[in-house]
Amino acid sequence: MNRSRARAWLFAGSLAFAFVLQMMPLPQLILPLKPYWVGLVLVYWAIETPERVGLGFAFMIGLAGDLLVGELLGEQALRLIVMIFIVLRFRARLRFFPMWQQTLAVFALLLNDRIVVMMVRGFSGEPMPPAVFWLSPLVGMILWPFVFLLLDDLRGRLRVGDSSPRG
Amino acid sequence: MAIARNDTATLFAEGTASTLRLIVYLAAAALLMVLDHRSGYLQDLRRFAGAVVEPAYRVAAFPADVARATRTAVVSQDRLAKENRELRDALLLAQAKLNRLDALVAQNARLKDLLDAQNNLGLSVQLARLVDVDLDPFRPRVVLNAGANQGVTVGQPVIDAHGVMGQIVEVLANTSVAMLITDPTHAIPVTVERSGLRTIAYGTGAIDQIKLPNIPISADVQVGDRLVTSGLGGRFPAGFPVGEILSISNDSSGMFAAATARPTAALDRSGEVLLLRDQPQPYGAPAPVEEMGPPRDLAGSPPVAPAPRGSP
Repeated sequence: MNRSRARAWLFAGSLAFAFVLQMMPLPQLILPLKPYWVGLVLVYWAIETPERVGLGFAFMIGLAGDLLVGELLGEQALRLIVMIFIVLRFRARLRFFPMWQQTLAVFALLLNDRIVVMMVRGFSGEPMPPAVFWLSPLVGMILWPFVFLLLDDLRGRLRVGDSSPRG
Repeated sequence: MAIARNDTATLFAEGTASTLRLIVYLAAAALLMVLDHRSGYLQDLRRFAGAVVEPAYRVAAFPADVARATRTAVVSQDRLAKENRELRDALLLAQAKLNRLDALVAQNARLKDLLDAQNNLGLSVQLARLVDVDLDPFRPRVVLNAGANQGVTVGQPVIDAHGVMGQIVEVLANTSVAMLITDPTHAIPVTVERSGLRTIAYGTGAIDQIKLPNIPISADVQVGDRLVTSGLGGRFPAGFPVGEILSISNDSSGMFAAATARPTAALDRSGEVLLLRDQPQPYGAPAPVEEMGPPRDLAGSPPVAPAPRGSP
């Protein structure tokens, strides 16, 4: 009972923290390199606990993101749905990939995400983003192992003291 | 028979990610975006949800605030003293300039009185502080800590000590969002101070560059020219510094010269900004002029357009 509540807190807390990271200011020079934190964290949870992260959940998180930082309601919702759909489809494989392969898969996901962003912004009549726009997936890829290991570790700690079988 | 949807998600479950649901959600997202693009209700929604959004902005700005406070606290004594000295010098210089300006203002007022022009030098401003939140690296926006409760309205120009920064595009209860002049969707009417040439400066998305893409080839523009707001368009009052020309080249068609300029305002440094209170003229086209000529009842029958009497 207590454990599962702690896990729920970890789940909610990591997502809230991802939003804070997403909005946190950075020096001008490295600002364009900021990875899509919310996407990274949500991908982790989709891989590990798909019973919690469905398309509907991704949609709601995306709407929350748009409400906080967005320009167009539904943009992040669309991005996250596409991302989470792909993850859920290939979850069985993604989950048992060695870390480097998983990292590459996340890179592909983030790259695809950038393409979706570009399409949405193109349709809404905004000018094309500069070349540094494409660096963010690279940074996200480099950060993925750390995000994964950190969240996995935290989750593992919550499970270790749990005498009852997982459920 | 429908396939049983397995929501408890075994290892190879695909119930949670069926294509049908994907399509439904994609359509919902697309619909939301189109509606929002047409009517812009996101801002209303955000104002409505301000009780949640505003604290989130403050929370996200907190680490940067702490970092800055720590830096201020541990910065060494002599550096503070040096900074103090420099600021004192700068103040002295500014004071001297101000004294000179006072004379100019007086002269200007006299001349304006002579011309019977509207005297709009008495600017009323409001101080606001930047909330250090990054909304999107590729959309230069800044968040300010004053909102509707402080009397901020959409369209107010935002300036700092050096020049024009941008304008307010969104107002929440105690927070507002300003678009910077470097935003790729922003344009500001300017004149070249030296030659009086009027043109428009667009943002480029880079924080330290604006562009002037359509200057006539024969126009008198040089590197180093200062750009000031022209006051046309009615959004920005005239005479505020905007930028300084960095380079001039021909555009791809060869019909126009294109210049790039560096904004004079310190856009990448956070701190206090000023919001101009009274806009030089109400937003939009000027009100139609009253009809001239003799009063209607004296003018008799309308002199124009005789009734098409007798026409088949």
